[in-house]
Amino acid sequence: MKRVVDYIRSLFLFELFKGLSLTGRYMLTKPFTLEYPEEKAPVSPRFRGLHALRRYPNGEERCIACKLCEAVCPALAITIEAEPREDGSRRTTRYDIDLFKCIFCGFCEESCPVDSIVETRVYEYHFEKRGEQIMTKEKLLAIGDKYEQQLAADRAAQAAVR
Amino acid sequence: MDGLIELWNALPVVVQILLKIVVIMVPLMLMVAYYTYAERKVIGHMQVRMGPNRVGFFGHRLLGLGQPIADAVKLMFKEIIIPTGANKLLFVIAPMLSIGPALAAWAVFPFDAEWVLADVNAGLLYVLALTSLGVYGVIVAGWASNSKYSLLGAMRSAAQIVAYEIAMGFALVGVLVAAGSLNLREIVLAQEGGLLHWYWLPLLPLFVIYFVSGVAETNRAPFDVAEGESEIVAGFHVEYSGMTFAVFFLAEYANMILISGLTSLMFLGGWLSPFQGTAIESWFAWVPGIVWLLLKTFVFMFLFLWFRATFPRYRYDQIMRLGWKVFLPITIVWIVVVSVMKVQHTPWWFS
Repeated sequence: MKRVVDYIRSLFLFELFKGLSLTGRYMLTKPFTLEYPEEKAPVSPRFRGLHALRRYPNGEERCIACKLCEAVCPALAITIEAEPREDGSRRTTRYDIDLFKCIFCGFCEESCPVDSIVETRVYEYHFEKRGEQIMTKEKLLAIGDKYEQQLAADRAAQAAVR
Repeated sequence: MDGLIELWNALPVVVQILLKIVVIMVPLMLMVAYYTYAERKVIGHMQVRMGPNRVGFFGHRLLGLGQPIADAVKLMFKEIIIPTGANKLLFVIAPMLSIGPALAAWAVFPFDAEWVLADVNAGLLYVLALTSLGVYGVIVAGWASNSKYSLLGAMRSAAQIVAYEIAMGFALVGVLVAAGSLNLREIVLAQEGGLLHWYWLPLLPLFVIYFVSGVAETNRAPFDVAEGESEIVAGFHVEYSGMTFAVFFLAEYANMILISGLTSLMFLGGWLSPFQGTAIESWFAWVPGIVWLLLKTFVFMFLFLWFRATFPRYRYDQIMRLGWKVFLPITIVWIVVVSVMKVQHTPWWFS
């Protein structure tokens, strides 16, 4: 009996019409598409984009050259050199992140005891020459200065779960 | 106006025919171009995307209506690469073999009661012959490319088209029996009398089979094993680039439009108004016949796209099974049924 029913169903293209009705219905729904340069998807406060080095409100850089980020980095993308500054505090003389190696895992941010190295919400950047992918200390600090408000807000929003 | 008619009559017949060909070809080519656009849009929306919407005219996006023009210009300026080991002559001839029949078939296509380039008596036969000639383009292209994928695509396409040709031919025999004529114009005129008099109703199985075989003939999804993007890359035209590729593309879409047009001629009463014989017939008396024909054709053209967005590709043996073991018996049985109806003068189609 089941075979007869199946035979009739397949002869009259029952399943095919069901499929057609499905795609037909979907054609009438509104597309999900975000038209990218004009519209952008919302970004989470945990987003891991371009890196930045932050400063304290008094302008002092946060990084104390503990090198935990360098040690934890699974892609060996971070290179740090450090020596005491004139006032005796321990600071980095070199802080490079090679963005070609970086896998944006966020471990550096997790490991940082002073919330210095962070990942911003920035995901639109490009390099035009070889060498530009090395984010030097100056570049990272500049990014940090530029987005400090956003960074502080995101850290505050996440404070309870970090 | 009289002056124009005089001028027209003064032209040599060859020029008259050439002008008529231009009048058919230019809108057809435009239709092909915008059919590709419609395909991307329709399938896009079925997949809840937008489809092309960037390229417009004069700095306006206009829903991406400039896309087919941009595509055509790009393809024209691309290099035509002829692979080493390819048979150069056949390689270049194949696209022409493909598009020639697709365009030539329009010669006997009646757009209205009087609008037909060549009112051939064996029009149906001519159309059947030309639609099957298109397969030589595919086979020659596949062989001349000297590539495994191409050859595979060509082989599949050859067997598939032979199988579906027969079902298609039998479906046409049904139409021939019903109308008692091979002339496409007379086939349409035999359907006169409104929606229920068209042949889609008495020939319903043949109607479905004809259209599905048409989908198979044009190598469209779900019968696109000849192309099979996901397994043999692009099948028979994998080695083609630039304008040679564009010509295959044109041929495929021109064929799809042709099949849609023929289906509406033979089963949906061509240029006849669907309201013929009903109370509201006079309301639509002002609509020219070609509008009805175009509307019906668009329905089938849309079906091609709808099928492509819905159905997964048939496995090869399934295609063969469907063609030989399902379509063929049904068409043969239905030809007998139609013949009986014809002999018995079954009202109201054959009375």
